[in-house]
Amino acid sequence: MKALALVAAMEGLLIPLLALLLSLGIFGVFLLAVDNDPFGVFYSMYRGGFGSPFSWRNTLERAAPLMLTALCTALPARLGLIMIGGEGALVIGGIAAASVGLSLNGNAPWLVMIAMVIAGAFSGGLWIASTGWLKHYRGVNETITSLLFNYIAIALLNHLITGPMRDPQSLNKPATLPIGSANMIADIPELGVHWGLAFGLVLCLLYYLIFQHTTLGFAVRIIGGNIRTAKIVGLPVGRLTVMTCFFAGAAAGLAGMIEVAAIHGTANGSLAAGYGYAGILVAFLARQNPLTVIPVAILLGGISASAGLLQRSHHLPDATVFILQGIIFIVILLSETLYGRLKLLCDERGRT
Amino acid sequence: MTAEALTSPFQSATALEVINLCKSFGALRVLDNISFQLHRGSFHALLGGNGAGKSTLVKCIMGYYHADQGSVLIDNRKREINNTRDAHQHGLGMVYQHFTLVPEMTVLENLVLSRSPIPKIINWQKEKQHLETLMAETPFKIPLHKKASALAAGEKQKVEILKQLFLQPEILILDEPTSVLTPQEADEVLDMLKKWTRSKNLSVLIITHKFREVMNFADDVSILRRGKLAYSGPLAEKTPAMLAELMVGNEEIASTGARELVLKGDIRLDIHQLVASNDSGAVAVDGISLQLHGGEILGIAGVSGNGQRELVQVLSGQRSPDSGDIRVCGEPYTASREEMARHKLYCLPEEPLRNACVPRMNLVENLALRIFDQPRYTRWKWFLNRQALKAHALKLIARYHVRPPELERWIETLSGGNVQRLVLAREISGEVDLLITANPCFGLDFAATAEIRRQLMEARNRGVAVLLVSEDLDELLELSDRIAVIFGGQLRYEAPIAQANMDEMGLKMAGH
Repeated sequence: MKALALVAAMEGLLIPLLALLLSLGIFGVFLLAVDNDPFGVFYSMYRGGFGSPFSWRNTLERAAPLMLTALCTALPARLGLIMIGGEGALVIGGIAAASVGLSLNGNAPWLVMIAMVIAGAFSGGLWIASTGWLKHYRGVNETITSLLFNYIAIALLNHLITGPMRDPQSLNKPATLPIGSANMIADIPELGVHWGLAFGLVLCLLYYLIFQHTTLGFAVRIIGGNIRTAKIVGLPVGRLTVMTCFFAGAAAGLAGMIEVAAIHGTANGSLAAGYGYAGILVAFLARQNPLTVIPVAILLGGISASAGLLQRSHHLPDATVFILQGIIFIVILLSETLYGRLKLLCDERGRT
Repeated sequence: MTAEALTSPFQSATALEVINLCKSFGALRVLDNISFQLHRGSFHALLGGNGAGKSTLVKCIMGYYHADQGSVLIDNRKREINNTRDAHQHGLGMVYQHFTLVPEMTVLENLVLSRSPIPKIINWQKEKQHLETLMAETPFKIPLHKKASALAAGEKQKVEILKQLFLQPEILILDEPTSVLTPQEADEVLDMLKKWTRSKNLSVLIITHKFREVMNFADDVSILRRGKLAYSGPLAEKTPAMLAELMVGNEEIASTGARELVLKGDIRLDIHQLVASNDSGAVAVDGISLQLHGGEILGIAGVSGNGQRELVQVLSGQRSPDSGDIRVCGEPYTASREEMARHKLYCLPEEPLRNACVPRMNLVENLALRIFDQPRYTRWKWFLNRQALKAHALKLIARYHVRPPELERWIETLSGGNVQRLVLAREISGEVDLLITANPCFGLDFAATAEIRRQLMEARNRGVAVLLVSEDLDELLELSDRIAVIFGGQLRYEAPIAQANMDEMGLKMAGH
């Protein structure tokens, strides 16, 4: 049935697009209510996110961690899990990367870099893998565990940067010692964006390949689709669950490492800036597809990059973009209920 | 004295009459001009193959569906029944095929819950007394304080019937109420209903598949065939053979296939003292030992809820055993994918859509579940070879007549029989050494049932070892080489089929 496949394909595109438009509409009403010109604001958002090379750089810099944290929700979603622990995994990855960077300081920069990548990815991976383990072997709800794990991670970060790992020089913004400019991630030549963006792109592509086209990815989809069937065909459900969650957490942990090694130079409170939560939004908007995560992360990165311009030219507080993000999230969750209905509609018609 | 000996003075009056009822779903005409009468105080059986329209017909009567045409008369007056509440008001009650009890509530709470309207303040003492009096009039003994989830399937069914009797309907419709009961329990229930038709003027319309019950209890019978009424009238001199012919018409039915003489093969499955718990942690399989040889079908009979499900789940990999030893072809078995592939172990579980399919994957993907990681169906070792999987699916769909043959369709949009055929194709089309199957024909019509039984027998003749767990005694008697009875998680009886004693098995199934 070509028509069916076409509707299904269109559905995946149409519904998120409509949801985005509806969100902009609601946001517009909000802007009117606070005495602003919606279209002026929309235009400024476009300019602030995608209007100039400078704003593009800003956007891509934000899109990089978003791609990675989105993967932290998108991969477990294939197992049928709703994992919202990207924020915690990012923070843990950042702490681990900073610790390793600091303790290896003085070694060859390439060695420090590799060690930080491994530390960030591995710690974030273990963080989310443990929620996967709790889910599969102990039946603890993964959404709640991963949310609570976020608080633990942030508390741990605060403990470390205000206590044992605090740089005495950091007075009003507690932070660890700087990892040193030699160990920082450089910019991609010509583009002016750090190499972290490449990490994000490569991981999205790699995960897409693994989870969409390999036997492993298919096995994970079977588990997500019907765990009883997965068991009847003998799949190692526990192992695959924990492994997929590890891959997911590793991506978010890597985002933390990039934030430390490309932006802040230290582990500090700004690690918990909400990239983990915005990543959930990206994953849902991208329908949990690692490849679609790329453009959606850029879009959301652009919205968040435009906050400064909105503040300057419309006197809107920079929290305004979070309101838009919140609206989009609610509308996207609502639109999830529409999937399959279009198809059903065509189906009925096809039968009669 | 049996109930049949009592005569009913009310039989001439009509309690319910259906006139020219038609119902279509899309282009499919499910009910085509159905007219029949249910006499007051009579026991009326409704027969028909699956998909004949029996359930649709009673759902139209109950207002669950809206008929396209035709009318329903109660006490010779035309009634508009738009929902089940209307139906209750006109004195109609129905026992559904699936259970409607709230598992976390006690029997008493469940029964009071069904009252409509539920009183604002509930006098539990009074309700309890009332129910105890009611129960005293029936042969049922069900502890009122027990949670519904703790009841065995047979008990649940009795509570469902009690629930309706509690509401004192004048017409009671039952949709296959005996499918989870032992033959003795079924007789008990039907005998009671029959008595109530005589003593309380109750009119019963009962859907069933079992000719034995029809022959023993029914006054009248209506037979549906593909949405048309094939017969409606007194049972009188109808024999089971005549009823079967009316149900099937002149369709060809695949015969089960002959049991060929096969040399007993090696031991394929050897279970020793297996113990397993159910979902709530209670012991469900309580020390089962059995051996299964190649070329034989070992049937396991029992009323549902006696550990069959858990046994099958352990063997199929859905549940870990607590203790005991399972060997397949002499080697320890842990239900891993590698072991299943090596020993060619396959499984036809009950409710295939729920247990053996991924509802929102298409036909190709569902047919690939067993083979997607085999070298023939992969590329560069780790990548799916979608072309090869598609070719495989096309072949199987054609060979097993899965309809509609649209590869991209989600399997959940297929009918039950087609889902079952697809799973059958996946599980037994290749080389099989050991097949675990549970209620493989549940909910399928005559033709599909015969087809699946033929396939099972053919597999056995090829030398496959088949473990057949079923609640359908006729099926077990037809297919098994050896038969065992499971009760309370233990095997209570075992005999070669030639020596199996029906009465003794029935008693063992009830735990005597």
